[in-house]
Amino acid sequence: MNKLIIGRYLPGNSWVHQLDPRTKLLASFYFIAIVFMANTWLSYLVMFAGVMVMIAASRIRIGFFLRGVRPMIWLILFTVGLQIFFTTGGHVYWQWGWLHVTHYGLINGAYIFCRFVLIIFVSTLLTLTTQPLSLADAVESLLRPLRYLHVPVTELALVLQIALRFVPTLMDQTTKIMNAQRARGVDFGTGGLFQQMKAVVPLLIPLFVDSFGIAEDLATAMDARGYRGGDGRSKFRVLAYHSRDWVAGGSMIVLTALLLLTRR
Amino acid sequence: MDITFDHVSYTYQAGTPFAGEGLQDISVTIHDGSYTAIIGHTGSGKSTLLQHLNALLKPTSGTVTIGDRQITSETSNKNLKPLRQQVGMVFQFAENQLFEQTVARDIAFGPKNFGVPEAKANALAEQMVTLVGLPASVLSQSPFDLSGGQMRRVAIAGVLAMQPSVLVLDEPTAGLDPAGRRDMMQLFAKLHREQHLTVVLVTHQMDDVADYADHVLVMDHGRLVKTGTPREIFADPVWLTANQLGLPKTTQMAMALQRRGFKFAELPLTTSALAAALLPQLPVKAGERDE
Ligand SMILES: Nc1ncnc2c1ncn2[C@@H]1O[C@H](COP(=O)(O)OP(=O)(O)O)[C@@H](O)[C@H]1O
Ligand SMILES: [Mg+2]
Repeated sequence: MNKLIIGRYLPGNSWVHQLDPRTKLLASFYFIAIVFMANTWLSYLVMFAGVMVMIAASRIRIGFFLRGVRPMIWLILFTVGLQIFFTTGGHVYWQWGWLHVTHYGLINGAYIFCRFVLIIFVSTLLTLTTQPLSLADAVESLLRPLRYLHVPVTELALVLQIALRFVPTLMDQTTKIMNAQRARGVDFGTGGLFQQMKAVVPLLIPLFVDSFGIAEDLATAMDARGYRGGDGRSKFRVLAYHSRDWVAGGSMIVLTALLLLTRR
Repeated sequence: MDITFDHVSYTYQAGTPFAGEGLQDISVTIHDGSYTAIIGHTGSGKSTLLQHLNALLKPTSGTVTIGDRQITSETSNKNLKPLRQQVGMVFQFAENQLFEQTVARDIAFGPKNFGVPEAKANALAEQMVTLVGLPASVLSQSPFDLSGGQMRRVAIAGVLAMQPSVLVLDEPTAGLDPAGRRDMMQLFAKLHREQHLTVVLVTHQMDDVADYADHVLVMDHGRLVKTGTPREIFADPVWLTANQLGLPKTTQMAMALQRRGFKFAELPLTTSALAAALLPQLPVKAGERDE
């Protein structure tokens, strides 16, 4: 669990860290969308160059990003395999029953692989350089127009913020309770299905009890400090676009232009 | 059962960019039948060290020898159960581990996992609940209906019911009221004295160290910086303060008295030692002594 890189934040002070979280969120989604427009080697090269520039600007070692790919590698290889074996067209290199490796299949497989890597790199960059709470702020700010449709945006954002805030707390608590039950002779992850399900009970019940305790304390603390719903509430972290956000947006436009020039 | 650390280092999340040093090059032996206190400020690696005592953590490098079992980074997670039974561990805020419907079933949970028959486990539950100073009537109650202090006692009973030969305690009295603290500490001392249980205690209470321990390990930044008897450790108040540690209250009082002209051959660590050292120096009231 601790080996996962996506979703972790790496404190820093780089250009990318300082971008407004809304910019980063929108740019990441935009980048992931236009990855699907790339359809030539040159266009993938453009996209990779774009990601490398962003990574360089974040001053985070490339190793972090490569590690981010690792937990996904089986999913990627499976998908690439499907592409290679089931795409028809072009020169046939190898055939066995209804499995065949063709020229188009190989190229498609390579493209899919590139897409995966690009998307993972960009998502990793987003979470490595943005605190979860800033991301929640960004979501709230971007969804604000929906308030006119009576969507409870501030409440949704609060739920999101609280959930994100307590992920590490609950992970810690899970480790602690697992250790305590192991010390009392529980084997997690061994034995048959029924035994494994039984082993989870001594973990889940204390976790639930603990979560309810946390929720109750939090509610009391919010009440005590006069929380009366999000409407009209001022913010401690005020989001504001700066010149670097415009530069980031401009870079996305340049990237799009280069992509359009190099795709077929 | 001796537990020996041989050049043990432990790195949290080894092999990731988030790696953090937990223990560095620890070599020490915890002798069978000893009462060892581990002190050091928060984050100094005390809990990390404790979790090596029953192989919940395995050293990144070095060897931990528990009885006749050697634990290294290569050791598989299988067949560790006998070890977990022999080394009972009471975690910090142990009340968080309670989950069963009744107190009796929660206490019997550990023994049953180690293959103790149902009837024997239930008998152990009854025995342990009295041992930790709770009325037998709680046995049929839900552990979640008890007070925090009572829940802690149930959790401790649950570990004692495993009948370990080593008892590992991670700040077992944190958050208890003074009476509860004294009860628990006296219970551990009694088990140590009468059943020759090896006790390893992590604590911030220097008084408990002075009163109960015969050996002290001082941790700092994942290293073992000092070992010795309580007397040796508390002999250097300047060093202790520099390491964010303190002196037992009795010793502080003795030092204050020393500044007022009282004399001590060696600084007393416990209340009884202080009283014994003071008695000859106090002015005698008429009629109290007849020599
Ligand atoms: N699960 C964990 N992951 C990463 N680092 C940890 C973890 N647990 C403890 N640490 C780190 O290891 C060091 C020692 O912690 P710990 O053994 O809990 O100290 P103590 O019990 O003396 O307060 C601390 O710097 C702590 O931040
Ligand atoms: Mg600790």
